[in-house]
Amino acid sequence: MRFAPSDEQRELEAVVRQVLTDRCPPQTVRAGAGSAQVAALAESLAGLGVAGLLVAEDDGGLGLDENHLVSVFAQIGYAAAPLPLTATLAVAPAVLAAGAPDLLAKLVEGGLTVGADPAETGHVAFGSGVDLVLRGGFGGTGRIEILDVSDAAVSTSPSVDVALDLTGYAGARLVAAVDDPQVVRLAWERGVLATSAELIGLSRRMLDLTVEHVRTREQFGVPIGSFQAVKHHLATALLHLEFAVPVVATAGFELAAGLPGRLRALATAKALASEAAHVVGRAALQCHGAIGYTTEYDLHLFLKRSWALESSWGSAAWHRAALLDDLGVGLTGVRPAS
Amino acid sequence: MDLTWSEQDEQFRAEARDWLTANVPRQPLPSGDTAAGFAAHLEWERALHADRWSVVSWPQEYGGREASIWQWLIFEEEYYRAGAPQRVTQNGIFLLAPTIFEFGTKQQQDELLPRMAAAQDLWAQGWSEPGAGSDLAGISSRAVRDEQAGGWRLSGQKTWSTRGAFCTHLFGLFRTDPQAQRHRGLTYFLVPLDTPGVTVRGFDRLDGDEGFADVFFENAFLPDSAVLGGVDQGWSVAMSTTGSERGLTLRSPGRFLKAAAALVALAGERGEAATDLLRDRVARSWMQAHAYQQFTLAQVTDIVEGRPAGARSSLNKVFWSELDIALHETALELLGPDALVDGPWTRGYQFSLSGPIYAGTNEIQRNIIAERLLGLPRR
Ligand SMILES: Cc1cc2nc3c(=O)[nH]c(=O)nc-3n(C[C@H](O)[C@H](O)[C@H](O)COP(=O)(O)OP(=O)(O)OC[C@H]3O[C@@H](n4cnc5c(N)ncnc54)[C@H](O)[C@@H]3O)c2cc1C
Repeated sequence: MRFAPSDEQRELEAVVRQVLTDRCPPQTVRAGAGSAQVAALAESLAGLGVAGLLVAEDDGGLGLDENHLVSVFAQIGYAAAPLPLTATLAVAPAVLAAGAPDLLAKLVEGGLTVGADPAETGHVAFGSGVDLVLRGGFGGTGRIEILDVSDAAVSTSPSVDVALDLTGYAGARLVAAVDDPQVVRLAWERGVLATSAELIGLSRRMLDLTVEHVRTREQFGVPIGSFQAVKHHLATALLHLEFAVPVVATAGFELAAGLPGRLRALATAKALASEAAHVVGRAALQCHGAIGYTTEYDLHLFLKRSWALESSWGSAAWHRAALLDDLGVGLTGVRPAS
Repeated sequence: MDLTWSEQDEQFRAEARDWLTANVPRQPLPSGDTAAGFAAHLEWERALHADRWSVVSWPQEYGGREASIWQWLIFEEEYYRAGAPQRVTQNGIFLLAPTIFEFGTKQQQDELLPRMAAAQDLWAQGWSEPGAGSDLAGISSRAVRDEQAGGWRLSGQKTWSTRGAFCTHLFGLFRTDPQAQRHRGLTYFLVPLDTPGVTVRGFDRLDGDEGFADVFFENAFLPDSAVLGGVDQGWSVAMSTTGSERGLTLRSPGRFLKAAAALVALAGERGEAATDLLRDRVARSWMQAHAYQQFTLAQVTDIVEGRPAGARSSLNKVFWSELDIALHETALELLGPDALVDGPWTRGYQFSLSGPIYAGTNEIQRNIIAERLLGLPRR
């Protein structure tokens, strides 16, 4: 028993953190889709080979597992990287291996950007520059269509998260449909896990920004962080975060180990990570006061991303309902749809 | 207890409802916190004024219809029920005007109030400064006496002033006695924003609308007539406005009754997405909106009978702001992944999040509630 990241995990995390620190400062998040900054970020990440994180070494990948996925996505969340990394790094490998194996090599090289629309909303996050879209498979059931959108007409919808680049397509071409239940389930689980880890990173960032602010901002002649009300908001935020972190790590471990009962850990991970981000985000905005409510200050970049992710890949309520089903005391009446 | 409206009040309600039904724009106006939207809202404000609905409780001579505070409440209820546009004149009509009625000279009242009612003068609130938000008494903007010119020279910076970039005037506090500490030595000024030496810079709020402004003062000259309520008396004059802001006038129950009704409608539209647990929360918001209405009925009774709300307005502020967030959070959960796309509920949610910050943060309100209503010791 050892509940801590391996040295290998830590090393990977450090490398990814360095690239994101250099290449994904808040200006890059602001620059958004199609900008030179985001292209440079994508290139640097490709240089690390992270696209092959979950691809076997025999297929040219890094041959790592979901424990590493958690470490990497916590960093991605911390930086609010504006790229479809959940779909490309976490979901695509298994789906392409099953439905379009000839594309896997290109994915590993970093030559393929993939978006996902598990809930079939018609919108793909960070979607304007993607080559493929993986549609369907919400809840780990049904089938996932691999769509080639490289020649499709794209339209962008305004989003709560301005950096989200929420894209719809007309004229997508069906490459293949994957209906192997194991693959569909794995794709879903990895999407859920990556999003949970990302929410952890986002929460950490919002809390860091806020702690820094309340230590330095003075009102009534003292740092506002010395007021008990502010301390308690942030202590509560930290409590939510610190109890979501191990739960997400456990989900990563159970998925990597392929444990048959992993649904519970995954559901708990997404529910607690979503709640943590919600509580931390509320506290962060409140403790900042009006400066946090402007777009000139950076907090909103992380806050809005956390809103987007809270309701993606199953809301906290959806995952709680999934847990209850698994515990044999499913909800009666109408249940969360997504 | 008598919870029935008089015949006169019912008549007033019917008249208001008829007018609103006939006049509220069918298409929602663009956000009043953008330049284009603001202009569209001004047209609406002028239509309200033309038929004496912009300031119902004011005297006839200033453009009102001398409605009682009860009728004002009724008008607000009907206003929101009709889905009428946001009031971009709110900071003047609801926050400044009560202060002018209380502290203004006859001349100030005669000059300023009719123009305010007609949306000719548009007032921004200039309390906060970069270094003074919650700690309003910590302001450093100052006004220096210019004996020769018979007035004051203002310098410093105000910030986060709502719709400041679209307004024509600003009311704010400036330090007139440099020796005095904190609450003392402040003066309440009424500033035309086209005064030489005043510059305004609009900037974006969280929701991306240009709802905020910085206002810079560089030796801007104002005559004595720009002082409201006496030199060095600014703090007590200003406090009368903060009572309005926290309490009833800024956020009347009609707003939340309407939002609760819209939430119920949304739950109906979302069908299966409205889970039992979400429906439970819909019910909670509906109940809280009605509790707020009933609380304010008692509060208006107190006001009418000469018992001012005082620190109790902090109860309003915390309650409505937290209700507003809960209500919008439930709506977003009803929308599920559809909430990723920007729409009225996501916009409303973003705005609701500022409720616990503006008009005195909820932490400050809870301190007031604990100290002034419960009598707990101050720190
Ligand atoms: C949407 C919006 C519109 C606004 N419009 C206007 C306007 O039109 N005109 C204007 O002048 N201002 C306006 N403001 C500014 C508003 O008045 C200030 O945001 C508010 O007074 C808080 O000040 P601050 O933002 O500097 O936060 P701070 O005072 O820095 O507070 C930051 C945090 O510290 C907490 N804190 C501070 N002091 C204490 C204490 N003693 N005890 C416990 N906790 C404390 C606060 O509660 C908050 O959580 C607006 C703000 C918003 C968000």
